[in-house]
Amino acid sequence: MKSKYMRLSHLTLGVAAACVLAGCAGTNPKDPMEGFNRGMFAFNEGLDKVVIKPVAQGYDAVAPVPVKKGVGNFFSNVADVLVGVNNLLQGKVPDATSDLGRVITNTTVGILGVFDVASEMGLEKHNEDFGQTLGRWGMGPGAYVVLPVFGPRDVRDTIGLVANVGLDPVGRVYPVNVRNSMVGTRLISDRADVLPADKAIEEASLGDKYAYIRDSYLQRRENLVYDGKPPRPKDD
Amino acid sequence: MKKFFVFLMLAAGLALAGPSRAEDLPPDVLVKNVTNEVLEVVKKDREIQNGNTRRVVQLIEAKVLPHFNFTHMTILAVGRDWRQANPAQQKALTDEFKDLLVRTYSNAFTSYKNQTVSFRPMRVQPSDTDVTVRTEVVQPGGQPVKIDYALEKTPAGWKVYDVTVEASSLVMVYRDQFGQQVRSGGIDGLIAFLHSKNQGAESAGKAVKK
Repeated sequence: MKSKYMRLSHLTLGVAAACVLAGCAGTNPKDPMEGFNRGMFAFNEGLDKVVIKPVAQGYDAVAPVPVKKGVGNFFSNVADVLVGVNNLLQGKVPDATSDLGRVITNTTVGILGVFDVASEMGLEKHNEDFGQTLGRWGMGPGAYVVLPVFGPRDVRDTIGLVANVGLDPVGRVYPVNVRNSMVGTRLISDRADVLPADKAIEEASLGDKYAYIRDSYLQRRENLVYDGKPPRPKDD
Repeated sequence: MKKFFVFLMLAAGLALAGPSRAEDLPPDVLVKNVTNEVLEVVKKDREIQNGNTRRVVQLIEAKVLPHFNFTHMTILAVGRDWRQANPAQQKALTDEFKDLLVRTYSNAFTSYKNQTVSFRPMRVQPSDTDVTVRTEVVQPGGQPVKIDYALEKTPAGWKVYDVTVEASSLVMVYRDQFGQQVRSGGIDGLIAFLHSKNQGAESAGKAVKK
């Protein structure tokens, strides 16, 4: 029992020391761990610059358009399963039914999701996940935190992420090497999708990309929890 | 009889001036027309395709800016500090923020190539004064990107006051960053900050072109 406390206090001390070193001024109340987060952000940026982005650029240049589209659609279809589950958990039965319709249509007529036939039929793709469900249920976002590799989250979305990863259909794929290459392909395909946004983000971020990404993330999640209709800030 | 004649004149006048003027277009049609017009020009213009940002800025200024309410956008970006700015400062803020948005927007346009835009169906009621027009931009091979335009009804027609990309507002995102600038350097500090960023981007752009 005592050793557990000891370890916990050591951890706290360590984080506090890191904070002092990196300058945890805490000017933004939504981001009390700013020093730590900036360090992790720099790490992720480095990883992106050296590995993920170059691979995504290669994929973007080499893969023919129909292949890129098919790969993106395939993973989008897989993701729709959990979108539907979350719509159900939020009590949005018509949306959940539509998501189920999307998955059935795209998996069959759309040949394992390679073609997004459902969208052509007018079944709109929704954006839901466990973090948003927790928000719907009344949980606040908590502090902003930058996770290694996964990137920006808040406390609520970190809990949501655990559920998303645990229930991810791709995570059930066997054998393991097929699963791993699927996870890798999804990561690269997702990154390739947002390549054109890189320059605009650099331009828009006014020299502090960390703050821009953070503010954009927090604001976007708030919007998504309320499905685009968040309570307007009072000081307009 | 005279009244009827006046009515006829008015009706004829409305019919003539009506649908052709941007001021009278319903918001969804307005966004659709402007988007298609801009995409049409981008598709034909070699220089834009080769990344000539200045050409894009000109295009955006001519076709898009008249339909944006930059004062409202700046008020949303600055938040509560707006009220402590005097009219001259408010104008300076709006001008600088406009520069920033135009640059961001132009960059996005040159980065995406051969994109198509689809428009979500919507029904605008005559009594509406504030609507959101939802669009989806599709890059060949990519997944659709949702871009929403919030428009308000003004005497000069419908004006865009917020642009949201995948649920992230290009305007509201600056609130915390701007607030911090005001806290450390006042309104003039924020103006100077934006001005230096705009100048820096401009000279950087020129250096690249040489």
